[in-house]
Amino acid sequence: MTLLVEPVRMNSTADAEPHIYQSNVTRPIAVDVSKVSLTFDTTDGKVEALSNVDLQIGGGEFVSFIGPSGCGKTTLLRVIADLQQPSSGAVTVNGMSAEQARLGRNYGYVFQAPALFPWRSIEANLKLPLELMGFSPTEQKQRAARYLDLVNLTGFERKFPWQLSGGMQQRVSIARALSFDPELLLMDEPFGALDEIVRDHLNEQLLQLWAKTRKTVLFVTHSIPEAVFLSTKIVVMSPRPGRITDIIDCNFPRDRTLEIRETPEFMAIAQRVRTGLRAGHSYDE
Amino acid sequence: MPVARTAWCTHPLVKRSAPVVTIVTVLIVVWYIGAVLMNLSLVRGGFEREEAPYTMMELLEGTMSAERPLLPAPHQVVGAFIESVFGYPPTAPRSLVYHAMVTLSATLLGFGLGALLGIVLALAIVHSRVLERSLMPWIICSQMVPILALAPIFIVVLGAIGLQGLLPKSIISAYLSFFPITIGMVKGFTSPDPMQMDLMRTWSATSRQVLSKLRWPSAVPYLFASLKVAITISLIGAIVAELPTGAEAGIGARLLAGSYYGQTIQIWSALVAAAVLASGLIAIVSYVERKVGRRMGART
Repeated sequence: MTLLVEPVRMNSTADAEPHIYQSNVTRPIAVDVSKVSLTFDTTDGKVEALSNVDLQIGGGEFVSFIGPSGCGKTTLLRVIADLQQPSSGAVTVNGMSAEQARLGRNYGYVFQAPALFPWRSIEANLKLPLELMGFSPTEQKQRAARYLDLVNLTGFERKFPWQLSGGMQQRVSIARALSFDPELLLMDEPFGALDEIVRDHLNEQLLQLWAKTRKTVLFVTHSIPEAVFLSTKIVVMSPRPGRITDIIDCNFPRDRTLEIRETPEFMAIAQRVRTGLRAGHSYDE
Repeated sequence: MPVARTAWCTHPLVKRSAPVVTIVTVLIVVWYIGAVLMNLSLVRGGFEREEAPYTMMELLEGTMSAERPLLPAPHQVVGAFIESVFGYPPTAPRSLVYHAMVTLSATLLGFGLGALLGIVLALAIVHSRVLERSLMPWIICSQMVPILALAPIFIVVLGAIGLQGLLPKSIISAYLSFFPITIGMVKGFTSPDPMQMDLMRTWSATSRQVLSKLRWPSAVPYLFASLKVAITISLIGAIVAELPTGAEAGIGARLLAGSYYGQTIQIWSALVAAAVLASGLIAIVSYVERKVGRRMGART
């Protein structure tokens, strides 16, 4: 069993001298991305979506990926989820290849949109992955109830998706991703389409959820405050080619509240993320 | 009393039925005018042949009650329709109910076969690129040959291998009706959102599970749209199949017999029967669609 005690060496082409980060997490490595590159063939020629990305994520961490559009943060998440194959390099999830991890249902994935199945009631939506995985009907019912309660949606079992607000639908999709108890939660800008107030509220709920379930969370976002507020580690990425430019530790206590956003420590980290984004030429155009 | 008048005008029943009633009235009026104009020379010729004196009134009456008019008046068609529906026991060869049932059974069997074939083809096409490339051109070609030319060939070939009566008609009907279902269901089976497909992948669903839990439910709206097209085409197929075969029973046979003997009223009442049948079939499909939609959480 590999333990994340050795320093994580990040891959950076922008800095001449590579920084070395010491992580305080000592649980086994949940995700190990090594020298991953991915090139898309488009009509405009080749696009380097990911270039030589190295990253290790310890179990139980909350890692945010931040960067401008086209920096490959979503692509990286999809590669980890085995929804896309890298051109070169290797990905290990819970000690398995990405494909084995997917086939073994090691992660739950939350997309930008709730992607609920409109013909299924909320309860039936939650049960869907459980049906596919062969849980018994009683177990399905119990789990649906438990995870609906976890996202504060008890009482909405019989409603259909269109009867819920966007924020509630997204909470259902989070509950659905958790319903089969995967160790890893991959979230691709889950709150991107929601307004600021709902987003704040869901951020708090997500933190509570994370503290309660002790999952490893990989979280793609556009928002600096969101990333700093939620994460134990922030991965700053930059486009053309998509690469990691900085990895920032962010060790606020797990039971943080929205108030920490006013503290100097929070501001300092947010500033560092902003500087990192700028260094990646992300505000050039 | 202006109050009473507005109350009458805004009654929901009046509001809902007024547009329909207006259009129907206009159509009937136009039809009557058409009947007078088209039958005028026919009736006048009749009077002149008998060298009998006639008034304008008698001429008009004649256009409304000719035995073999070019265009029968609406009341003649309705009268003949009602008589042939209710005037005979439903098993009598003169009963329109009897003929409608013969055509209906061929229609339903053809529709069932066509729906089955259409869905199976769509499944094959969705699951295999090779099949899509090899089948699709033939499917489209099949619909480019006029059915009127194909129907006699079908009947002769199927007759040669001992198939007669209901089945050949159903096969012609299925031949027409599978097409909209294949086209609609290919679209329906490929309609799931990429995100939903990705979700199924993250749950490592088998392709059979993707079919039953995602592709099928997504295709349901497309299924009903194509079923509505297909069921009317099935009816047309069954009627067309009765034409070249000299069938003794069925709406097609009534149309053919009517045109042989110049029985225009009979032709028109058979047409009315076909229209009633088609509306009924569509109404049934729509009813099932609403029921299924409600179970699948459609906003109503």
